[in-house]
Amino acid sequence: MKYLLIIQMNPVTWESLSEAERDEIAGGQEAFMETITASGEMVATHALADPSQSAVVRGRPGASTVTDGPFLEAKEYMGGFYLVDCESVERAHELAAMIPGTQHLPVEVRPVIYSA
Amino acid sequence: MSGDGVVEDLLRRSAPLVLGALVRRHGRFDLCEDAVQEALLAAAGAWPRHGLPAEPVAWLIAVAGRRLIDMLRSDHARRLREDTVAGDPSAHRLAPAADDELLHPAVDDTLELLLLCTHPALSEPSRIALTLRAVGGLTTAEIARAFLVPEPTMAQRISRAKATIGAAGASFTRSDDDRDERLTAALHVLYVVFTEGHTATAGPALTRLDLTAEALRLTRELHRLLPDDGEIAGLLALMLLVDARREARTGPDGRLVPLAEQDRRRWAHDAIAEAVDLLERTLSTAALGPYQLQAAIAAVHAEAAGDADTDWRQIALLYGMLERRSDNPVVTLNRAVAVGMADGPARGLAVLDSVADDPRLRRSHRPDAVRAHLLERLGDHAGAREHYQRAARAALNQPEKRYLEERAAGAAGFTGAPRG
Repeated sequence: MKYLLIIQMNPVTWESLSEAERDEIAGGQEAFMETITASGEMVATHALADPSQSAVVRGRPGASTVTDGPFLEAKEYMGGFYLVDCESVERAHELAAMIPGTQHLPVEVRPVIYSA
Repeated sequence: MSGDGVVEDLLRRSAPLVLGALVRRHGRFDLCEDAVQEALLAAAGAWPRHGLPAEPVAWLIAVAGRRLIDMLRSDHARRLREDTVAGDPSAHRLAPAADDELLHPAVDDTLELLLLCTHPALSEPSRIALTLRAVGGLTTAEIARAFLVPEPTMAQRISRAKATIGAAGASFTRSDDDRDERLTAALHVLYVVFTEGHTATAGPALTRLDLTAEALRLTRELHRLLPDDGEIAGLLALMLLVDARREARTGPDGRLVPLAEQDRRRWAHDAIAEAVDLLERTLSTAALGPYQLQAAIAAVHAEAAGDADTDWRQIALLYGMLERRSDNPVVTLNRAVAVGMADGPARGLAVLDSVADDPRLRRSHRPDAVRAHLLERLGDHAGAREHYQRAARAALNQPEKRYLEERAAGAAGFTGAPRG
């Protein structure tokens, strides 16, 4: 079963961290990636740009409008994610807990129901 | 079957024989498996162009055996470099081994391999991947595609699984204490592979390996090896019965058609006959188990001329027997449906209420789906709609989600008249 481990970014929290704490979170991802790669559970991982770079597209094909992201005011947003393929939801929770920084930036675990 | 299809089929069938012969001779499951995989790839390249060898299995054993000797030599040399202690007992194994006894194995080790692949130290995804490769003869790329994960992920999962059982000293000489448990685990692996193929939610179907067919083939093989085992026969019958409904189960554009609304003329009646025959022979001779009971339930459905003719009382009884043998609340949910059909929805709801608080069902969409169905039959359309909607939100399978959303819309106003 595949799960998306969504890292909830909170800019206020992030700004309040010391440089050492931020380095620990950012640098620690490497080790986590190595762990889930070695266990054969890594499918993909991506980090996303700040929502200030978001655009929102609405309408029908051929008649759509593009506006700036409506999420600028949101307190938390998806900062990045890991897509893992693992044995159980319990294992997915265990993997999420291994992501560095969950004491500051919580991780949401959501099952994937369609892939192509 | 095309020329390539013939070669592919032959390679898959030969894989466990070749691997079994090598492991029996040399131990070292991990290295043997690599050697066999290389031989299969070599054959897949050579045979379609140059024609089949006279003795394909012997050809594969000879090629894999030579590759294995190379690997053992380099492994041996490495160990000598690392550890200068003389008299390594594995040295005597380095002699060329392509003799007649090896090339024409007298025993079929497929079952032993299957049991090795369900080593207790392995996670379920690892057991599945390893079984499909070592016993099923599939390539890593094929398995990765089937489960929609990147090939390096699957390769890593397989090599780690091999290292795990290699470290445990995997060979065929282990004690047989846990044989029954391993066999149960192997059946579970085959069942999960079948279910994955059966409920596949992803990818263009044509480019995916047919996991259902693969699970059926391996279960058939297992039944051939252990014909008197009731649970193997039961699992085979169950797969045949479920697979017999394949054509009728999806409508145009992949829409899920529930059992009650399926066109029974589209069921594979020869497969049903085979399963029923298998089940009748088994139920009279072997010890009863959960797969046989599930197959018996599927057979009751299969033998009804139409949904209205289904013997729901018999099905409720069989679910009751299954309930006493397994601690699984999903069985009780199924019994609630059957009781609802046999004795009326109110009685079904009472059964449902008995498991409603089971923590194992907390995230499941099934209790809501069953409740919605029973409420709909009671005439409580608002309640049905609400629970169909909840079930649809929680469903982890796209066609099922869509089906539940449609039921929710259908329960909105109009009467509960059966559709389709």
